[in-house]
Amino acid sequence: MTRVAPQLDDGPAAWRFVPRNLAPLGAALGLALLMHFVFQPAAGSFASKLALDIAVNIILAVSLTMVNGFTGQFSMGTAGFMAVGGYAAAAVTYYGSFRLYGSPNPPAGILSAFGDPTGLPLPWLQSGDLMFVAACLFGGLVAAGAGYIVGLPSLRLRGDYLAIVTLGFGEIVRVVLQTSERRLSNAEQIAGTPWPKLLTHLGGSLGFTSIPYFTTLFWVWLAAVLTLVVAYRMKRSSYGRAFLSIREDEVAAEAMGVCTTKFKVRAFVISSFFAGVAGALIAHQVQSINAGELGFQRSFDVIIMVVLGGMGSISGAVLAAGVLTVLPELLRFMADYRMVVYALALIVMMIVRPQGLFGVREVWEVGPFRRRAAGSGAPGGGAT
Amino acid sequence: MRMTNTRIFSALALLSLAACVGLGGCGPTDSNSGNASGGGGGGARSAAAGGSSAQAPESAGKGSEKSPAAAPAAAPAAAPAAAPAAADEILIGHYASMTGSEATFGQVTDKGIRLAVEKVNAAGGIKGKKVRVVTLDTEGKESVTTTVVTRLITSDKVVALLGEVASSRSIAGANVAQRFGIPMITPSSTNPEVTTKGDKIFRVCFLDPFQGYVMAKFARENLKLSKVATLYDQKQPYSTGLNDNFKEAFTKLGGTVVAEQAFSGGDADFSAQLATIRDRGAEAIFVPGYYTEVGNIAIQARKLGVTVPLLGGDGWESPKLAEIGGKAIDGSYYSNHYSPSDTREEVVKFVSEFQSKHGGEVPDSLAAMGYDAAMVLFDAMKRSPSLGGADLAKAIAATKDFKGVSGMISIDAERNARKSAVVLQMRKGKAEYVTTIAPQQ
Repeated sequence: MTRVAPQLDDGPAAWRFVPRNLAPLGAALGLALLMHFVFQPAAGSFASKLALDIAVNIILAVSLTMVNGFTGQFSMGTAGFMAVGGYAAAAVTYYGSFRLYGSPNPPAGILSAFGDPTGLPLPWLQSGDLMFVAACLFGGLVAAGAGYIVGLPSLRLRGDYLAIVTLGFGEIVRVVLQTSERRLSNAEQIAGTPWPKLLTHLGGSLGFTSIPYFTTLFWVWLAAVLTLVVAYRMKRSSYGRAFLSIREDEVAAEAMGVCTTKFKVRAFVISSFFAGVAGALIAHQVQSINAGELGFQRSFDVIIMVVLGGMGSISGAVLAAGVLTVLPELLRFMADYRMVVYALALIVMMIVRPQGLFGVREVWEVGPFRRRAAGSGAPGGGAT
Repeated sequence: MRMTNTRIFSALALLSLAACVGLGGCGPTDSNSGNASGGGGGGARSAAAGGSSAQAPESAGKGSEKSPAAAPAAAPAAAPAAAPAAADEILIGHYASMTGSEATFGQVTDKGIRLAVEKVNAAGGIKGKKVRVVTLDTEGKESVTTTVVTRLITSDKVVALLGEVASSRSIAGANVAQRFGIPMITPSSTNPEVTTKGDKIFRVCFLDPFQGYVMAKFARENLKLSKVATLYDQKQPYSTGLNDNFKEAFTKLGGTVVAEQAFSGGDADFSAQLATIRDRGAEAIFVPGYYTEVGNIAIQARKLGVTVPLLGGDGWESPKLAEIGGKAIDGSYYSNHYSPSDTREEVVKFVSEFQSKHGGEVPDSLAAMGYDAAMVLFDAMKRSPSLGGADLAKAIAATKDFKGVSGMISIDAERNARKSAVVLQMRKGKAEYVTTIAPQQ
């Protein structure tokens, strides 16, 4: 409570917390390794696939929380950013493997190996893995760039504009990708085509197929925990307080010296980055990505997670992502009524707890964990 | 900072707890646990799922130092009890879009497959065992497809897979099936890429371009035409593929393609192209497009005084064709996988059995292809020395002259089907069976 808020606009001070404490990074790495080497063999392929989907949905839900939860804007563009990031990363790894290795199968280390190791001792990391990581980051950056372009004009305005603009953006992305040229598969042809031209060959209506397999539990959980760390630290930083102030009262925030447009755009760009990374990760697991599947329906899936978890609650989004990924699979025994029951569960949930599972608080700020919250001065902690 | 870390860790602990409880719960509520007799043995291929539960405590210990409560919860996750096939059962998996915008595709295919299962069981099953099909819904999404295919293979332990209709989802499913070494047959995905995914992936439908050959042969040998024009959609690989194949085959058979005109999907005015075709004196126009454009092209052609028949591929297949084209489309021909008005014995039997089971519903191509895919699989199972993936795939690959509803099916070296196609004619708004064209030798 007595902490003096640092100046809101000093970049270096805001970024100083990155190297300050490596513990979260260690935790991310530890959990990712644990999921890969212990959980996967123990729980089996199906549970592992669900765990993988959960992690991807956590990244998506938390990234959307940064916009819809922290700054109180309403974005419906998650699927669009996923598509942008996924296609960008897929183009890099697919055409990149042809360029670098002359084949569509880049070398992968044990961290990118699927399921039970097939006996061959693999090195930890191979150059293909580095290409994959670079591709994911590239996908994220492209999505962030798209987020900047979309966000800058629409976030100057107040109200529902962002929802409409992002909805339109998602549709534009979908149509553009679906009408792209067919994927090239001839090594010589690929070698002779310049990169900008290659990026127009994204598979068209069939989707981008034959993407190399890289995404394992290790990579998704690493990305998921890093997303959580970034989101949590952002919420607790001076940046975060600026975001939250916009949500609570935009006029008051402006009066306090917060440049609302700038901060809304920042939140939106960071959110787009993580959505793009999630798209890249899922593309390298399914080994194909289809813009047709990434329509606004997919954005709604993520919005539901955020709303159900509580707008602004990171842990709520995490929990909702987990529950909403597992629930449809649990309900499979109901066959045709599965989606009806699923929808009913959501409706009941919203009637019982309209503010979401945790409202704007985190899981440790409610119930038995409450005692810790007393002195923390969690911003917005009391406003439900 | 210390407090922050504590929170992060406790959050992780809670998360892992939730995940464990959630995942552990999957087993008992599995959709196919209905006949959990015994629950032991199951498939020979229990590679991952049976799993070493000894490792579970370690997992819980590391993951959540601050919360001992997570430790016991990890145990159920280690045993995602699959519903194993009963000893006298063979399980096959079908993944299909049972809901979503393409729900009809999956539902109809599933009906065809289930009819095939009923028939094979009524005839005594395979190797003395009954066949049971497990259908899981892909919701028309690729990401869900990989999840359900993984589930079918590792939890339900199916010996073979059938699916999907959409090529994009068949490709996604094929990647998983190939990784696990489980044979898969797609009933009606015509994209060439599907079967390139590996040596366990097959199809029982013909590839799109084959229809170009079919219509060329039909035009040259049945209709005895020598001058034909083509009008195709230059943006659609489906259309260009058929066009190229038609041109090649028709020329080889001694005919001449007098005009080759192109349009782009979404065009509404085709009069320029049709005028050219009229002036060159074509005796028929090959239009390998989809039904909406074909309907419009037919109307505009008749307005321009072009009365020759149109020829086309299975993109024409839709009740909308007659709605849009009306009288203008009457007398035109198109090729398809199958026709319910075919007079072959297999077809007549299939149609009557399907109708008696589904209240008079006439089975469409998708139902017939689903039926054939299942029947080809059962035929291979009977011939295969075991139901292991490698043996079964070899047996499917050896399929030769199998009498299916959609024609004689042989599997070639690329794991695609070499088979016949039917030619239909539009008469008074209805597609009637004309003839069957055999594949080139």
